[in-house]
Parts: sequence; C-alpha cells; structure tokens
Amino acid sequence: MGNIGHLADGFASALTPMNLMFACLGVLLGTAVGVLPGIGPAMTVALLLPVTYNVDAASAFIMFAGIYYGGMYGGSTTSILLNTPGESSSVVTAIEGNKMAKAGRAAQALATAAIGSFIAGAIGTALLALFAPTIATQAVKLGDPSYLAIMVLALVAVTAVLGSSKLRGFISLFLGLAIGLVGIDSVTGQSRLTFGIPLLSDGIDIVVVAVAIFAIGEALWVAAHLRRRPQEIVPVGRPWMGREDWRRSWKPWLRGTAYGFPFGAVPAGGAELPTFLSYVTERRLTKHPEEFGKGAIEGVAGPEAANNASAAGTLVPMLSLGLPTNATAAVMLAAMVGYGIDPGPTLFTSQSDLIWTLIASLFIGNLLLLVLNLPLAPVWARLLRTPRPYLYAGILFFASLGALAVNLQWFDLALLLVFGLLGLMMRRFGLPVLPLIIGVILGPRVESAMRKSLQLSSGDWSGLVSEPVAKIVYALIVLGAVGLLVVGRLRRPTTQEVTS
Amino acid sequence: MTIVVGYVTGAPGEAAVEQALVEARRTGARLVVVNGTRGDAYVDTRFSQGADVDRLRSHLEASGVQHEVRQPLGPDVADLILDAAEEVGADLIVVGLRRRTPVGKLILGSTAQRVLLDAACPVLAVKP
Repeated sequence: MGNIGHLADGFASALTPMNLMFACLGVLLGTAVGVLPGIGPAMTVALLLPVTYNVDAASAFIMFAGIYYGGMYGGSTTSILLNTPGESSSVVTAIEGNKMAKAGRAAQALATAAIGSFIAGAIGTALLALFAPTIATQAVKLGDPSYLAIMVLALVAVTAVLGSSKLRGFISLFLGLAIGLVGIDSVTGQSRLTFGIPLLSDGIDIVVVAVAIFAIGEALWVAAHLRRRPQEIVPVGRPWMGREDWRRSWKPWLRGTAYGFPFGAVPAGGAELPTFLSYVTERRLTKHPEEFGKGAIEGVAGPEAANNASAAGTLVPMLSLGLPTNATAAVMLAAMVGYGIDPGPTLFTSQSDLIWTLIASLFIGNLLLLVLNLPLAPVWARLLRTPRPYLYAGILFFASLGALAVNLQWFDLALLLVFGLLGLMMRRFGLPVLPLIIGVILGPRVESAMRKSLQLSSGDWSGLVSEPVAKIVYALIVLGAVGLLVVGRLRRPTTQEVTS
Repeated sequence: MTIVVGYVTGAPGEAAVEQALVEARRTGARLVVVNGTRGDAYVDTRFSQGADVDRLRSHLEASGVQHEVRQPLGPDVADLILDAAEEVGADLIVVGLRRRTPVGKLILGSTAQRVLLDAACPVLAVKP
C-alpha cells in the first residue's frame, strides 16, 4: 500500500522537533479557545492567518489541525463544568455532562469525554487516511461541470440544513457570494462592485473578511452584552474513570464515532446533527434509562465521540475535494489559498508531502490532547475566570494586526471595521456566519468552474449538465429541496395541532 | 439602624458577615448583605451561588436578625457596596480584608481600600 508509506513519511516529518512544537502550540491554543465560549477554533485560525506569511505550510497546518481538534476537547470541558457549551458542537454534551458534574461526577464526565474524543479522533483520522485519497483519485477525473455541481450542492446543503431559518441562511450565503465577487473579473477585466475605489479592484482579502466576521463581530457583540451574571462552575479534580464507567462508555464511544464520521464527511454534515442523534440513540439503548436527565455517562460518551469523529470526517471533503463544510475548515482552506496551493482533488498528488504530514499530525495532536487534557482539566477551567475586557482587547489587537499585515494598507483596517459591523449585525439578527464564510471562499471557485463549463459548451446552458455526475448531483439538490419543502409542509399542521 | 456588609465567597466574606451579625444583635440593626460582581467573566468565584448562597441565607435566617441579600452587577464592586450603603442610609459598613501584595494592589486595586476611603459612614474592617 502506497498510502501507508506516505503516512510513514508524514509521521517522519511531523515528528521533527520544530513541527512537534507547532503541534503542541496548536493543541494548547485550541483547547484554550475551545474552553472559552464565543471564541472558537475558526476565529483563532483566522487570527493566526498572518503567520502563514513566514511559517512554512506544513508547520502552519500542523498548528491549525491542533487548534481544530483542540477546540473540540475544550468545548466539552465548559459544557460539563459550566452548563454553557464552549463550542456549538458540544451543546448536547452539556445536557447530561453538567448533570453528572452537579451530582459530583465531574471527573468521570471529563474523563469519558476526553477518552471518547481520543478514540473517536483516532478512528476518524484513520478513516480519513483511508478514504480521502480514494475519493481524491476519483474526483480528479471529474470535469468542471461536475465539480461545479458538487460545490453548488455543498453551498445549498450547508445553508439549508444547518440552522433554524433557511431564509437567514440564504441571506448570509448571498452576502458571502457578493463579497466574493468584488474585484476585477478575471475573464473580461471589468471591475465589479468596486464602487470606483481602485483599492477594491484586487478583491477583498479573505483574511480581512474572516477576521472581521469572526473576531471583530464577536468582540462588538460581547461589548454590547458585557456584564452578565456569572455562572456557577462545578469544582473538579483530576479526571478519572472507574471500571463501571469504562464498561458503560465504550459502546457509546464506538456508536458515536459511527454517527459522527459519515455526517462530518458529507457536505452539510457538521457536528450538531450526529451529536444529537448519538444522544437519542444512547438514551434508547441504555440499560439505565432512569439516569438519563440526571447525569448518565452514556449521554456524555456518545455525543463527545460523535463530535470528534465528525471533526475528522469534515476533513475528507476538505482534503479530497477542497470543499469546506464547517467554519474552521473554511478558514484553513483560505490559508491554503494564501500559500498558493490550489485546494481541490489534485491536493493528494501535487501536495502529497504536506497532506500526509497533516494527517500524521492529526494522530499526534489527538494523542497530545489526551495526555494534556486528563491532568490539566482544572487548569483549563480557571481560564473561564478571565475578565472579558482583557480577552477581547487581545483579540482586537491581533485582529487589527492581522488585517494590517495583509497589504500594510490602512484601507484594510477600514474594511475590517465595516465587515466587523456586518458581523455584529448578523449576530444581532440571527444570521448564521458559516454560509457567508463558505460563500466568500467557494464563490470565486464556483464562478470559475461555471464559466469554464460554459466556455466548453460555447455558452450553451446544457454544458452545465454535460457530465453524468453533474446530472446526478443536480437531481440530488432538487430532491433535497423538494424533500425539505414537503417535510416543512407536513410538519407545520402538526405543530399547530399541538399548540392549539 | 442599618448595617451594610460586603460579602464574598471565602474566609474574608464569612468573617465580615459574622462581625456584622454581632454588631446587628448588639444594636438591633437591619443587615443588608451586598455580594456584587463585575459580571465580565464567565465565572466569578467570589460571587456567591448555589450551595454557598443557600448556606449564607440559612445562616442569616437562623440568626434572627432582620436582613436582605443583594447581588448587584456593576463595573466596580466597591461602588456597588457604597451605592447600596447610600441608598439604605447605612450607619455602618462592614468589609472583610484579605491579603493583597503591594503589586497586586497596584494592578488590581483593593475593594476594601476603596470602601474605606470613599464611605460616608464609619467602616468596620475585619480580618478572617
């Protein structure tokens, strides 16, 4: 197997002292931001995008991967100890986890979350190493029309499936696509949406948009809601598990992994759906139904495993097709573009070393997280005492620095403020951030794929469906859209009956 | 007569409440316990919650002194105590002292010190 040889090479380059240091830095940062609600791995990677200017690609991606996995671990700590999810993916963990902590079983809840995350992460990463190269070799054969169809599927699915309001999702998506249009048209040389400002003709740098939406928007939002009643935190010692806890945890871990990975791998997967499904399954299968709602360990073990497995699954479309399906993957993709790497099916052939080093570092980061998190949980919990003004002052500083570093122009700082205000307004009116970011990142690629397809068919619309894969994918989109509409219709009367 | 107590979770807070109860019994005063927080962090360990606030309330209940527990939110905890004292027309403020290094005092300031300097009525400072 060539892939095992590649993976071994990957481990060799990921285990150099320098890269190991970046992996450590990544998991530490990732756990810290995961613990803090409101600050997530996507914002952190966005703030760290400027390091890509002088750190080599492998080291930077090793660090980003550590942040990505670390965020999942940190999020569960906050969920369990504070009943506030640190990350959106650990919402479900809070249901049983905090009950366990209040019943004096915080140590066991943290342990099953950490060990479950480790096992799911390891299995998920192994599956990633197995599937991604295969999918990539198939995907290379796809032409522009098929590729366009798959990207459109991802855009529609991310927007329509996640979040409660489809209208808000699509508003956010189209805002993102519009931002992606700004600049000179690469084919005809016309200026688009530049409002006569020459500085806009190069387009808006994705670093500025990502940092503004994630960091400035969040900082302004927090500033508007600065003082809130502090929450009660459950004090905790070193996490550990008894024999009974192991016995009750291992099956939920594996089932959670089985849910998480496929959901992460399909576009529009995300972690919310599989964690919830895992919770419902564990609730049905448990031998201790009386404990559910009062702190059942299965209700922590399953969703936490699902959460980490879906994080690994998300990397499958990202590495094999260049399709990001969550915010962190989207920002990592922006970093790839920053390095001049063309994300897409050719990654595994053209950037083989980089990709395998990244996959190897995921295994290493996962192990580091387990080793770090079991003894350090009480230390991470102390981070929650940091006053928000200190925290967000730091974030604003790095955000401004990052935006300025793009071109060393004041104009980027002005853009940062404008998009920061947009981010604040999106939070105020409940628009999801993810469709916008994915729209900005995929928009230009969707456009180029569409124009290439149309050029091949000399402007004839039938060129868009000239390949069988494209036809199938468009059929899926139509089926999915009709399905959503039908489900929405069917659901409405029943809810009315319940309320009346 | 009314006595305002600055309460925090921990030994200095306990000591202040104990001393205030002694004063309240001696003078027959009403007790207003102020446990403020800046509320700018997810967790404030000196803000009384859950079991701690329950214990405080039952302790006050058992003492038989007329009392009230306030947990206000504001930018400066010392101001929260001083505002409460002004509002109820306090005759005495009781605060607990804790060890602060000179550097810690320089950076973080001291709530007890601010109360001592700015209070309009006598202040009783208690060490745990």
